[in-house]
Amino acid sequence: MLAMNYRGPQRVRIDEKPEPKILHPQDAIVRVTRSCICGSDLHLYNGNVPDTRVGMTFGHEFIGEVTEIGSEVQKLKVGDMVIVPFNIACGKCHFCKQGLFGNCHESNSQATAVGGIFGYSHTAGGYDGGQAEYVRVPYADVGPTVIPPGMDPDDAVLLTDVVPTGYQAAEMGGIQKGDTVVIFGAGPIGIMAARCSWLFGAGRVIVIDKLEYRLEFVRNYANCEAYNYEEMDDPVVFVKKTTDWMGADVCIDAVGAEASGNLMQTITGRKLLLQAGSATAVHWAVNSLKKGGILSIVGVYGPTDNLVPIGNVVNKGITIRANQASVKRLLPKLIDHVQNGVINPKPLITHRVPLEDVADAYHIFSEKLDNCIKPVLIPPSAR
Amino acid sequence: MENKTPKDYSHIKNWGIDADPKNDPTYPMKHRTDAEQEGYSWDRPTQQDINIEVLHSNERPNVTAVFGTSMPPSGLSGMIRRFAFKHSENSYLHWLPLLMADRVNVVEGVIEDFAGGKVPNIFAEKGWKADWEHNRSGLIQKVGVLALVTTAAVVLLTRKKD
Ligand SMILES: NC(=O)c1ccc[n+]([C@@H]2O[C@H](COP(=O)([O-])OP(=O)(O)OC[C@H]3O[C@@H](n4cnc5c(N)ncnc54)[C@H](O)[C@@H]3O)[C@@H](O)[C@H]2O)c1
Ligand SMILES: [Zn+2]
Ligand SMILES: [Zn+2]
Repeated sequence: MLAMNYRGPQRVRIDEKPEPKILHPQDAIVRVTRSCICGSDLHLYNGNVPDTRVGMTFGHEFIGEVTEIGSEVQKLKVGDMVIVPFNIACGKCHFCKQGLFGNCHESNSQATAVGGIFGYSHTAGGYDGGQAEYVRVPYADVGPTVIPPGMDPDDAVLLTDVVPTGYQAAEMGGIQKGDTVVIFGAGPIGIMAARCSWLFGAGRVIVIDKLEYRLEFVRNYANCEAYNYEEMDDPVVFVKKTTDWMGADVCIDAVGAEASGNLMQTITGRKLLLQAGSATAVHWAVNSLKKGGILSIVGVYGPTDNLVPIGNVVNKGITIRANQASVKRLLPKLIDHVQNGVINPKPLITHRVPLEDVADAYHIFSEKLDNCIKPVLIPPSAR
Repeated sequence: MENKTPKDYSHIKNWGIDADPKNDPTYPMKHRTDAEQEGYSWDRPTQQDINIEVLHSNERPNVTAVFGTSMPPSGLSGMIRRFAFKHSENSYLHWLPLLMADRVNVVEGVIEDFAGGKVPNIFAEKGWKADWEHNRSGLIQKVGVLALVTTAAVVLLTRKKD
């Protein structure tokens, strides 16, 4: 089968690989029909996540058709079209039982700090991902959810990660009616977080990025304010001024380790890898918050340390909430929201690329060329 | 010496008088269960056959019930990874060797390509074809810098020594 193959930082290609096999009685094999590239994949692509092994196939946002099931699988059957959450979760462990499906304790041997994630380095379990024609899906009765009849596949594929993550970013903000929410990052996650912030009753939603085309998009798509930090002397002073010198009630980091905007952070975090990525967005968020405010982090960082102003977190009495999105927990509600037109994910997809051109798709998304917001890869059998 | 927390707190004066179940910043992300203090005691899923080398964090006692089989450790990078896994996720001796192993692994990948009779097409792997369509000036700049560096290297290496 065709599968994306990681060869080293900023080097990927399409190769022939053996088709995956059932390795566990609760496995299913899924024929992929859509597979996205995510901002999270860029941390791998840039070589910033430890234990990213050459030869691995990335891809944690995919939907497809069940072609084979293991002996213990009961809820799925061959032929079902499924949304596959990006987290691999057993449904039985302490954490799954608590609804923390992104923190499963039976899916990632290599690290206890994160659950298993498809196609996301050996630090997240060493699973080959969905940027391929077929993929092995463990715990098939737990995560995968049958796509409701009539749902557009582009909407379905965004329910594997972007919609739940954007939603949970807003949810973790603990937004109360009237709150001012400032979101750093106008990528798919920040855009979705902006849209969802209104659902929780935000009074003002402000998105900050540097890419004009994304700011323009989010302004229209999420009906919010959007500003370019490259046009500000200091983004923190900007937020203070626009909130009558109080600061934001809630800040959301939807940027993560690839952040720009602060030279010292960029050099130490992205070039020298002295910290686990550039923490510019967290830094700005902490300092932009009102005293007693809430910081919601969904931006992804590496497993070591970052330079963040923790003293200000203490002195301002800030509450931090963060996690990998718990896709399975949120799916029933979010499928409803999509079906009822409350959330309309599809317009985020700007690029539909044949799986064979995966290298170009990574480069376009990574360099933000051609006004790219979200690329989706389409294998030959689904075209 | 054994330190044990008792289950009966009657000997601790005023135990729990200010407990407030609503003071739970994890709500609604986490549904508290009545199994909070039971430890690693759940009925585990069937164990996937461990017939490849799976490195596991020393912050857990075992290999998880399922695991990925993408790229078992091999070669020099594999040796470095094995060393890394002797140290916990709390230690730089875990993460820094892993990053180093990743870089060594890139070289191993190139050697493997050549050994298999395949010359990696770096231009294509970097997706620079897309630059030709969407970022031509950037591409010309990149290629220019590459040509300059190559020329300088050739000049340096072929310079007559005196
Ligand atoms: N927690 C989760 O479950 C989860 C799930 C998916 C993605 N993520 C993470 O969310 C983040 C965003 O993902 P994405 O797909 O939207 O990525 P993306 O790369 O498309 O978007 C990131 C955006 O941040 C902007 N940016 C860079 N520096 C900034 C700064 N200092 N301030 C404001 N904006 C800045 C970039 O210009 C870009 O538009 C990534 O870190 C990704 O790993 C987390
Ligand atoms: Zn993702
Ligand atoms: Zn679990």
